[in-house]
Amino acid sequence: MITATPPVETKKSYLNQTEGLKSWLLTHDHKRICILYLLGVTFFFALGGIFAVLIRLELATPVGDLVESNTYNKFFTMHGIIMVFLFLIPSIPAVLGNFLIPLMIGAKDVAFPRVNLLSWYIYMIGGLFVLTALFMGGVDTGWTFYTPFSTSYSNGYVIATGLGIFIAGFSSILTGLNFIVTIHRMRAPGLTWFRLPLFVWAHYATSMIQVLGTPVVAVTLFLLVLERGLHIGFFDPAYGGDPVLFQHMFWFYSHPAVYIMILPSMGVVTEIITTFSSKKPFGYTFIAFSSVAIAVFGFIVWGHHLFVSGQSAYAGMVFSILSYVVSIPSAIKVFNWTATMYKGSVRLTTPMLYALGFIGLFTIGGLTGLFLASLGMNVHLTDTYFVIAHFHYVMVGGAIMGFLGGIHYWWPKIFGRMYHEGWSKVSAIIIFIGFNLTFFPQFILGYMGMPRRYHVYPPEFQVLNVLSSAGASILGLGYLIPFCYLLWSLKYGPIAPPNPWGATTLEWQTASPPPTENFEVTPVVTQEAYTYTSEEVVHVG
Amino acid sequence: MASHTAEPGVTSHGAPHATSTIQHHFESADQQKDASTIGMWVFLVTEVMFFGGLFLAYFVYRQAYPAAFASASNKTNLLIGAVNTTVLICSSLTMALAVRSAAIGKKNLIVLFLILTLLLGGTFLGVKAYEYNDKWVHHEVPGHNFDCEGCTDAGHTPLFFALYFGMTGLHATHMIVGVGIILFLIAQARKGAYGPAWHTPVELFGLYWHFVDIVWIFLFPLLYLIDRSAVPK
Amino acid sequence: MANHSGHAHPGPADHSPVDRVTEQHVEHHIVPKRIYFAVFFALIVMTWVTTYVSTIDLGRWNIFVALAIAIFKASLVVLFFMHVFYSTRLTKMIVMASLFWLMLLLFITMTDIWTRNWMGVPGR
Repeated sequence: MITATPPVETKKSYLNQTEGLKSWLLTHDHKRICILYLLGVTFFFALGGIFAVLIRLELATPVGDLVESNTYNKFFTMHGIIMVFLFLIPSIPAVLGNFLIPLMIGAKDVAFPRVNLLSWYIYMIGGLFVLTALFMGGVDTGWTFYTPFSTSYSNGYVIATGLGIFIAGFSSILTGLNFIVTIHRMRAPGLTWFRLPLFVWAHYATSMIQVLGTPVVAVTLFLLVLERGLHIGFFDPAYGGDPVLFQHMFWFYSHPAVYIMILPSMGVVTEIITTFSSKKPFGYTFIAFSSVAIAVFGFIVWGHHLFVSGQSAYAGMVFSILSYVVSIPSAIKVFNWTATMYKGSVRLTTPMLYALGFIGLFTIGGLTGLFLASLGMNVHLTDTYFVIAHFHYVMVGGAIMGFLGGIHYWWPKIFGRMYHEGWSKVSAIIIFIGFNLTFFPQFILGYMGMPRRYHVYPPEFQVLNVLSSAGASILGLGYLIPFCYLLWSLKYGPIAPPNPWGATTLEWQTASPPPTENFEVTPVVTQEAYTYTSEEVVHVG
Repeated sequence: MASHTAEPGVTSHGAPHATSTIQHHFESADQQKDASTIGMWVFLVTEVMFFGGLFLAYFVYRQAYPAAFASASNKTNLLIGAVNTTVLICSSLTMALAVRSAAIGKKNLIVLFLILTLLLGGTFLGVKAYEYNDKWVHHEVPGHNFDCEGCTDAGHTPLFFALYFGMTGLHATHMIVGVGIILFLIAQARKGAYGPAWHTPVELFGLYWHFVDIVWIFLFPLLYLIDRSAVPK
Repeated sequence: MANHSGHAHPGPADHSPVDRVTEQHVEHHIVPKRIYFAVFFALIVMTWVTTYVSTIDLGRWNIFVALAIAIFKASLVVLFFMHVFYSTRLTKMIVMASLFWLMLLLFITMTDIWTRNWMGVPGR
């Protein structure tokens, strides 16, 4: 008997359950809030990227022929502030974490849905402050706001920008708070801690950092604004203040902040590697505990940013050793990912390409961090392009590759559509090539002595700089292509099945996209998160 | 703080509803209360680290300039500080009793103790305002004709006063927010919103208020009690 | 299909202790008034003790005595007014974690300040 098939597009999900702008701007649904954040972070990524383009354009020639030094200072400052505070920090937790954590634990939403929505508004308001400061003329202090330049001498809009970051910080705190309570108290029946997906462990560790570290940078910025406004003298030597105290307080947060940026990405990579090896992660417990170890140890190494600032040499020695120790849990993860793939049934899908790229690039970035952690080498390398290459390898080659991998992996779940696999693989490869061409030469430049935050350089460095700028244009192209095919897929992509990749975690056991209440019946969990039988290892995909 | 949405069949205004109503994403009232309580505790952790930064600055500069800090501290009024501390501790007691009254369902007592807490908190803030004005009049506000009369190492005393105003100012801001919330709680309590089955907002606010009290318990000795002995140095 | 985590089958619920992760630990304990008043009394007494002791010259011990009294008072507030004495293990862990991290912030920064002039080289 032939029955009329109802058009698939009218199937009710969180996307079309209610309609109208108000239903989105006043939503309590964590899945809609994910999309609100996705719009925000994409906008700020593009803006930060424009500043990157301007930087690389100027640096294509050794002389300051594009802009003058004050303007160039504003370029790298705005690039850093926007990329760190308005893109990288919120990116994975507020987008993917928000969407997936309740699903992965079998809950209907996060513990505090209205606080979740509030966190988005706070993020947008903070971003608006920063944008306003930008349009008024921007800031030229570097994203690190070192005193006394930022408090006493800079002609930029330090107070407005500082307030913007202060406000955006509360968004991060609220997200972390929400996740901690959600993971502790909203797990489905049977879901013990060691049955949780490792993505959830990674976000728990990240949330610890957000809650414990962000308030310190908040109060630091508060003091910075007070000092600049009232000339009190906290950080001004003329009044007996200590500029290095600012650096201590700033980096107490900002070092753990880099782990806020990388831990979620590592969680994404674990999920992707597991699914596309059709094999459970090697050393689940090690991966889980290494996430928490990174969060804890990440708080006791910040002095490695102060090695040449006037910090005592003895403190420097302690921070140096601890910085070596903090690399160990990260290395454990790399070993575990590799061991997971060994004798697995590896499928080189787009998310897998990003995950593999992450492993290689993060390893290079992490190892070069060890060079910088060594006191002797640090004297030679600090404030050079070596540092810039190091952190771009971990932040872009690591965190952003993880973010893109996660977007591609969970796109079918979030939007119910498949994207074009050919284009996605091509752009992953373009990104990989463009990235390495941009940043590898910078290691060499830094070693040869080219300082950072200068718009001019000795002519013998030009060849490497031109390579880097060329790489940047390729990288930029690589980022534009996914923007196009992903948007295209929303309307024209094939409809996605509930579990297109053959994964085992709970989010794949419900429809793509999920209904508003996530699951028709609350799941009851009876086994580990990743169970692949030997048949699946052979047949899936 | 978990507020409540009406369940079918239960009105949310007019009729007293000292029973819990569960938000849709929670399985039980207990889970909701437990989650809200942990949420408030995690928020207090962030407050510890927030104030902690200021305590760090205090620690660093007191170490560096002990004489300046001691003589500047003597410019605060010891008696007023001790009395104000006593007032705040009284407000902590009344707040604890307010929570207890809600737990045992004595509506009039909840309102009474909340009003007492409000009055005591208001008194504290009034006294602080008096102290601030006194400092202003005596040129002890950094940046405005500052002059620490008769102070040892006067050049470094602005740091003490900056920390004084910064730390007590932040504390006072937290108290003002608290006073605002108490007003809301009083209004709700008078309507009979809180009872043994549900009084989470009162409890969670109690945690906040006690935290603010604890901050002052440290601020008082650190700012008012540096070297009060009459022995000249 | 790899799908073992039990989804749309509300089968016989397993009530064994290890699966009851949503068991609640809500505290329903009412603290007796006399405990509140005893704590209050102790807090007031210690406030006046610390005020008085500050007027006695104990040299460098003044700060330690003052902080010890403050810590004692704060502990009473945390344990009894904030009910932590009667609370879940998780609450206690959260409180300890906040103190631990505060100590990290204060003391690790001070390792720089305290050792600044040890090497005898300017700026190190």
